[in-house]
Amino acid sequence: MTFKREPQVFGASITEVEFGTEGASVVFGGANTLPLYNFDAQAKHRALVGIEISDKGPDRSLPELSAFYSGAESLSDIASRACTAPGADFVSLVLESADPNGDNATSEDAAALAKEVAVALAAGGKPVVIQGTGNVDKDQELIPKVAEALQGMNVLLLSAKEENYKGIAVAAVTAYGQKIGAESSVDINLAKQLNVLIAQMGIKPGSYVMNLGAAAAGYGFEYISSTIERVKLAALSQNDDALQMPSITSVAEDAWAVKEAVVSEDDFPEWGPREERGIEMEISTAAAALAAGTDAVILRHPASVKTIADMVAALA
Amino acid sequence: MALKGIDIFKLTPKTNCKDCGQPTCMAFAMKVAQGTVQIEKCPHMSAEALDALGEATAPPMKSFRIGARDEEYALGGETVLFRHDKTFVSKPLFAISTAPDAADTTIAHACKIDYERIGERMCVELIYLEYSGDKAAFAEAAKKVSAAGRTLVLATTDADAAKEALAATSDGKPLLNGANPSNHETFAALALEYGVALGVTADNLDALYDTVREVEKAGVKDIVLDVGAISVKDAFANAVQIRRAALKSGDHSFGYPSIVNVSALAPGDARMQTALASVFILKYGSIIVMDGMSYAQALPLYGLRQNIFTDPQKPMTVEVGIYPINGADENSLCALTVDFALTYFIVSGEIERAGVPVNLLIPDAGGYSVLTAWAAGKLSAGSIAKFIKEEDIESKIKNRNLLIPGKVAVLKGELEESLPGWKIVVAPNEAVSLVKFLKEFKAA
Repeated sequence: MTFKREPQVFGASITEVEFGTEGASVVFGGANTLPLYNFDAQAKHRALVGIEISDKGPDRSLPELSAFYSGAESLSDIASRACTAPGADFVSLVLESADPNGDNATSEDAAALAKEVAVALAAGGKPVVIQGTGNVDKDQELIPKVAEALQGMNVLLLSAKEENYKGIAVAAVTAYGQKIGAESSVDINLAKQLNVLIAQMGIKPGSYVMNLGAAAAGYGFEYISSTIERVKLAALSQNDDALQMPSITSVAEDAWAVKEAVVSEDDFPEWGPREERGIEMEISTAAAALAAGTDAVILRHPASVKTIADMVAALA
Repeated sequence: MALKGIDIFKLTPKTNCKDCGQPTCMAFAMKVAQGTVQIEKCPHMSAEALDALGEATAPPMKSFRIGARDEEYALGGETVLFRHDKTFVSKPLFAISTAPDAADTTIAHACKIDYERIGERMCVELIYLEYSGDKAAFAEAAKKVSAAGRTLVLATTDADAAKEALAATSDGKPLLNGANPSNHETFAALALEYGVALGVTADNLDALYDTVREVEKAGVKDIVLDVGAISVKDAFANAVQIRRAALKSGDHSFGYPSIVNVSALAPGDARMQTALASVFILKYGSIIVMDGMSYAQALPLYGLRQNIFTDPQKPMTVEVGIYPINGADENSLCALTVDFALTYFIVSGEIERAGVPVNLLIPDAGGYSVLTAWAAGKLSAGSIAKFIKEEDIESKIKNRNLLIPGKVAVLKGELEESLPGWKIVVAPNEAVSLVKFLKEFKAA
């Protein structure tokens, strides 16, 4: 008597979203099974792994990270170096300098930096993701400026929130043909609501992805994984087309901000070097987010990028 | 699959003898149907009735324990594939693999990880002892592991080696992981003789399925399914398909906990082992075997496990009390937030980043976030004043500055009235602003 296999292939599928320019583009989404369930049916695309850089440069107090970026001083050099990280499908630039709670650089200056990086990345053959400041007022002004500066490059701009999606969607997608991420905070209903609102602006599926929120492993990650799982199940098993966009999860910021990745080895000698703690925190969080079903993750450390990319390849 | 109470009632003696502890046979049948009472509680059921009911009323996934005394751990008993449907119940156990001659080093390494996080002990629960050809050394190492207070997994396909080790350690209820399609008869006999759970493996799911059925027929009840180490892809596919067969299709022969040897899937690659272990925490690993466990790995992995295995209906809470941060003493200022674990972690993390000594005060706020607790009446001037009195904070701390969350700024006036002598300070709305706020507050 043999084991009766019951592959779970759904009638619905996740929308495909492509960003980047010819020769340097990636596609995610497209699956009609639960994520990573290639034994049910082979997925069309692998989950994507991105490497994050900040316009303020890498944290050079981390020896391994510093070595990776050694000699890369200008932002475009840093971006070109990021392109060489093994396993990176795309590069994600955080416009940290524009944060009103920080340096508060003008949107014009930040957009110029974004342009510089995008040109370097195009040369390096990697598609571009741009992350705003997270501040809704600033992003409302900043993201359209970036969309304009990067016209024709088909970049993915993160993120449009419920408070500022209107301006961002119209400028970025309708006017300049970019892709956007719809960011909601860890709730399937909020995610759906925002997607519906964006669709009502005339934005077509295939032009936007979901950013369902993030948390580091151990810090309420169950809310993240359950939200991602519920969204995927609704999209596939109930054919809910307002939830069929692929999702992208930015792991880096949360993973590197928790105590485990922040405190020094002097203060916690038994915990060992800080860099390894940050890497493992990124790896664990990203692997769990992928297991829950996100379609793309953004990581900061090249070592985390490599491990997660290798894992995705091993499961493909 | 699931029987209705009335179907079960028809098979009972219908005498209402109360020997099962229920008032009537009907009440008993209803409880069995709900799964809250085991059918075996009725001593008068006929063998035929039990057979008819056994299969139908058994939970979809078997639950049992391995280990003994303080090191006894539950495995299995899951009822859902996704935690949001109900809850996951048996958290995965971590094991470190070792050869017998390295047992001392491995035990010392494993015992270094032992800490508490939100009321839960975080440690490497199991040692996965791999047979390497020397029976005496295997048994000797097994004894060492038992003596060190770690539960043992005996990994061997050699029946004589297994017998020798079991003879020395069976009172610690180890897991014997080694049955396969060619040795299952002797291994089933060993598991029964020594009363231990049996791990079963095979090259593919069909062979595994057949072997499990043979082992079940031999009378073994506590079975662990080894998802194998052919490849990462294969192991993950097996783990998911096994659990799905049990919970979704109701196939009892795969209704057992699993063991995943991440150490064999990514030999020598600690980072990849962390990645895979994280995947298997979400997707159906019951025992996860690693090469080692550093703090860098343990901190995210145990945190993730704790998150995933919390009951969605019960928020994680931290204990009520005073938490001194950054070396705070009786002269350091006080800050108050709620007992919801997530809030506590975020607030304490930001205070740590600020580097300012603060006594973080945690009252009982019902496990809600700040605004919800306030709205539900669990965080009020009255409850805060009561907490300060009951915890005797005025005699423990001399500083009379109390920071309250910005979101409950409305409590300031009332608190000043109920806590004479205290200076109530409204902190920012969001924890991220605490670093700047505390640094400036200190300077003021």
